Amino acid sequence: MTEQKLALKDFKSDQEVRWCPGCGDYAILAAVQGFMPELGIPRENIVFISGIGCAARFPYYMQTYGMHSIHGRAPAIATGLAVTRPDLSVWVVTGDGDALSIGGNHLIHALRRNVNIKILLFNNRIYGLTKGQYSPTSGQGKVTGSTPMGSVDYPFNPLALALGAGATFVARALDIDKPGLTAVLRRAAAHEGAALVEVFQNCNIYNDGEFDYIREDKDARTYLEHGRELGSTGITHDETDFATAFALAQLSWEADGVLPLGVFRDVPRDSYDELVQAQLDNAAGTGDLQALVSSGDTWTIG
Amino acid sequence: MAKPVEQLDSVVIRFAGDSGDGMQLTGGRFTSETALSGNDLATFPDFPAEIRAPAGSLPGVSGFQLHFADHDILTPGDRPDVLVAMNPAALKTNLRDLPKGGTLIVDTDAFTDRNLKKAGYESSPLDDGSLADYQLHAVPLTSLTVGALKDIDGVTAREAERAKNMFALGLMSWLYGRETESTTTFIERKFAARPEIAAANLKAFSTGYHFGETSEAFAVQYEVKPATLPPGRYRQVTGNTALSWGLVAASKLSGLGLFLGAYPITPASSILEELARQKAFGVRTFQAEDEIAAVGAALGASFGGSLGVTTSAGPGVVLKSETVGLAVTLELPLVIVDVQRAGPSTGMPTKPEQADLLMVLHGRNGESPVPVLAAATPGDCFYAAIEAARVALAYRTPVYLLSDAYLANGTEPWLIPRIDELDPIEVEFARAGDGEFLPYARDPETLARPWAIPGTRGLEHRIGGLEKANETGNVSYDPENHDLMTQLRAQKVAGISVPAQEVDHQEGADVLVLSWGGTYGPVQAGVRRVRAIGGKVAHAHLRWLNPFPANLGDVLRSYDRVLVPELNAGQLLQLVRARFLVDAEGYNRVTGKPFRAGEIADAVQRLL
Repeated sequence: MTEQKLALKDFKSDQEVRWCPGCGDYAILAAVQGFMPELGIPRENIVFISGIGCAARFPYYMQTYGMHSIHGRAPAIATGLAVTRPDLSVWVVTGDGDALSIGGNHLIHALRRNVNIKILLFNNRIYGLTKGQYSPTSGQGKVTGSTPMGSVDYPFNPLALALGAGATFVARALDIDKPGLTAVLRRAAAHEGAALVEVFQNCNIYNDGEFDYIREDKDARTYLEHGRELGSTGITHDETDFATAFALAQLSWEADGVLPLGVFRDVPRDSYDELVQAQLDNAAGTGDLQALVSSGDTWTIG
Repeated sequence: MAKPVEQLDSVVIRFAGDSGDGMQLTGGRFTSETALSGNDLATFPDFPAEIRAPAGSLPGVSGFQLHFADHDILTPGDRPDVLVAMNPAALKTNLRDLPKGGTLIVDTDAFTDRNLKKAGYESSPLDDGSLADYQLHAVPLTSLTVGALKDIDGVTAREAERAKNMFALGLMSWLYGRETESTTTFIERKFAARPEIAAANLKAFSTGYHFGETSEAFAVQYEVKPATLPPGRYRQVTGNTALSWGLVAASKLSGLGLFLGAYPITPASSILEELARQKAFGVRTFQAEDEIAAVGAALGASFGGSLGVTTSAGPGVVLKSETVGLAVTLELPLVIVDVQRAGPSTGMPTKPEQADLLMVLHGRNGESPVPVLAAATPGDCFYAAIEAARVALAYRTPVYLLSDAYLANGTEPWLIPRIDELDPIEVEFARAGDGEFLPYARDPETLARPWAIPGTRGLEHRIGGLEKANETGNVSYDPENHDLMTQLRAQKVAGISVPAQEVDHQEGADVLVLSWGGTYGPVQAGVRRVRAIGGKVAHAHLRWLNPFPANLGDVLRSYDRVLVPELNAGQLLQLVRARFLVDAEGYNRVTGKPFRAGEIADAVQRLL
């Protein structure tokens, strides 16, 4: 059967997009919809699963299968789907609160298992949907509705956390950087196993300007290239080397004046779903239920 | 010379010892021998949650009670006729259940000063006359075992000592004329890798058997004739095994892959372990990072067209309620198994209770109706699991299946089901039609919505936890729509086709006993006792707790008095009083033990 060539418009659902005007999510949605045709996968074989939060509305706007689930649980739900349906392309859309606070446990376990799901973590460093409380990625001292004297929480570094959890693919992109984001999506989609993509996303209502240093200044964006030195850091990038990826993940604009974008780590490892399937394929036994219930010591009456 | 044989119609034996003494194994083997001898039987393993509590201590005592008879029986027995106590702690914790005149077999070697002190005895009960009311057989089990094994090469003194449970098993096997070949085969198989240990255990078993034959301490041998059960082929089964196989059967009958998401928890873990072995049936088991992920993954699998199941006990089920609520609004099939144990909180992990009923009915935010059914006996767990899956799949709804710690580990002879005689489960996935796809259009009969699984071209759609517009499933905050959707979800569950309630009626009875779940055996046994002494009483046992059978109100109103015995503080009682305005009375106990038939009979007698 010849597949009709799909275009960006084919991935737009009939639902009105309801993010705040000016939200970084619009740019990410456009980039993802623009990238989808390139996958070459029919729409019915693509599923977007989300949790709760602004980012979690994402599936409603994609003309694919989708589920807007519950807070933090999307990686768990996606795991059940991916393990039982290896024929599907399963994407998780999450935010910093959803993925790193209430759903932190599910995130790290999905990554360590290497379930074949692609996780897009929209990091705006704030709770937007609940109107502006600090998140697990907000910096210390952040003044918000729930931290009038400034936050005393030390923030998570999402990439370092993912690396520590044993992720086989870790990358970072910027909402309005369509070429950079698309390049990362392409690599994530091609990766067999779990992929974590952190997307810096501006919340123009509750945390406006958080990433202005690279959003406003294209020249300030530094991209990782495998085998090349990053800027003048002295670090030669190696996507297969854990220590390099971890060192690069520590760099910050404030301390180092450089914040890498692109793929930090990409290594091959058997995906969870493949390993599960292999055990089913190699299972001993006949699958004869009558034999199973009749096994062991039996006796006859009458 | 053969000893005289005395006929008995039923016997209750309790093996009690230290957690490390192998009492569960001993009880299990005696049960197998008994099953193969053709008796009806029921068992109650009763063990501590601690894997190895300090040796010789009171909390470390593990027990296994077995009731066998030449007729149809329903419970593991109220009190033992015979108590085998392997140490002072086992004697101390179990003697109160042994009626005066009961048979007591103790291992005298374990009655050391140290062990007596640990059990809190000031003086040895073997010497101080405190056991005068019992038929005491004081046998040096340990030294007899060690003595018998001294010539077997490669067996350490400690290993020889550990075989004492096989000596005890051999002795009991002789005393009740049990079939012994299955135990011999079992020992050979179990210790195939260590022939010297196999030899030691076989020797201990046969020495115990011959000790019974030759020792003057045992003057008679007993015989319990085979029971007359419905004809067919039987095996023993525990509730958790039957439940696991029921889920596999539901997968076969529906043609859907079975996906189990679970997190280890007592007393449900053995379902996960059993299903993990059934990969040849295409069963996928997922040991999740927590209870929430376990049910989440099961729901994800259901979304993809599998039979999604999660299994747990109360402290895990409470964590799943958020996802069950999502399944209610997504209207996807999901089976949630709650193997109930004593609560609240961690409670008593290995002890049965029925106190999760109101939680599974009501423990979610918003108006969130979920069907609930409960298994009645260990073997019934097989059929209850199929029934749960059948309703989940037909009505696209989460379904709670309640079992408990008593059913989970208890065994009974099980008439092996004929798989080809089970009704198929019809499942139809949605297919693209001509018009617009409406994910929340409903089947006029069941009110189920279409199950459109990813991979189906033309049916791409989004579902979620936000309220959905009727038919289109789009996000909706419309006031009237929310009211309508709430009613539709409630009507769907209320309209589930549930068989009419059957009543074990007795002519002239004006008292009805209404029970549910794992108390079936003791309650029915209690009812029979009342009838045996001329009392008139009816009994109805509920399988479906939500929805109730349509005729339940009429049934309840047709008796003057209704007694609702439950292992909780009165949960079904509250439901039937509220729903049917009947002045039902409760009999409620939460001791961590199943009901005794005797206490049910007493409670009924008080109403007659």
